[in-house]
Amino acid sequence: MSQPRFALGQSVRIAAVTPPVHHRVPAYAKGQVGEIVRVCGEHGLPEAYIRGDGRPFERLYRVRLAQSALWPDYRGGAADTLDIEIFEPWLEPAE
Amino acid sequence: MSSDHPTDHGHHHDHDHARTFQPDLSEPVGDAALIGLALRDLLLERGVYTAEEERATIARMAGANPGNGARIVARAWTDPAFKARLLDNGTEAIKELGYDLSPLEFTVLENDERVHNVVVCTLCSCYPRALLGQSPAWYKSKNYRARIVREPRAVLAEFGVALPDSVEVRVHDSTAELRYMILPQRPAGSEDLDEAALAALVTRDSLIGTQRDLTPKDPAAH
Repeated sequence: MSQPRFALGQSVRIAAVTPPVHHRVPAYAKGQVGEIVRVCGEHGLPEAYIRGDGRPFERLYRVRLAQSALWPDYRGGAADTLDIEIFEPWLEPAE
Repeated sequence: MSSDHPTDHGHHHDHDHARTFQPDLSEPVGDAALIGLALRDLLLERGVYTAEEERATIARMAGANPGNGARIVARAWTDPAFKARLLDNGTEAIKELGYDLSPLEFTVLENDERVHNVVVCTLCSCYPRALLGQSPAWYKSKNYRARIVREPRAVLAEFGVALPDSVEVRVHDSTAELRYMILPQRPAGSEDLDEAALAALVTRDSLIGTQRDLTPKDPAAH
């Protein structure tokens, strides 16, 4: 297992890209900034499985996004959040 | 599918899967279903797995049901140390009760006074099926998948869950290798119940998060 690049509580930005293959980052999350709330294990990247067994595996994280930032017309509490699983190559530090 | 699709698709059915495969559906109806069956035939012919292994896997998955999740919840309610292990690493904790979802990461999210959790898979219909059985039809619907991320409070209200703004709504989009289950709050008035009786209070929807409050059953009703 390789060392995780990001730590709990760190602020990260999800890449706003659309590779021309199957990938599992929904459009609403692309370009968003969130906080690492769980450092998960290493798993096969969905876009790497089309060429084989998904290796080398990549670190997975749970990233927490603010609903008010996701949807300009969001109706609900200011503290409402959405947690999503994002692989390390999709993340950059955000400041 | 075309009506003249030959039933003998170019090879002899003299190997074991021809005798063991009994489809649940009458006939595959689309190209994707036909490709799936063709792939299955090839995997069996190559010996990647056997027809008996397939049958056993289907039987095991068909036997999964929300009662497994209810058992885990009841244990967490009665054993604080187990609950701590469950929230920290669900994959390892449920092995203590004989369940194994690895390499998927089983992830349990706790509801409390201030937080309500709800699970969705916006991209398809990921669900801890091997543990909880088939997901409900609405969980797979585009309506639920699109709206629960965008207007969770409105969708929850349609399920009968009305939440004040002071309760944080936390939506969990199951996009990769984690599978989620909610740990609902233990209902008031359930102090005297044993683990089995507690498990009987837990509903499927409360494990997904579209139900918040559980109610102790009235003993007089039995």
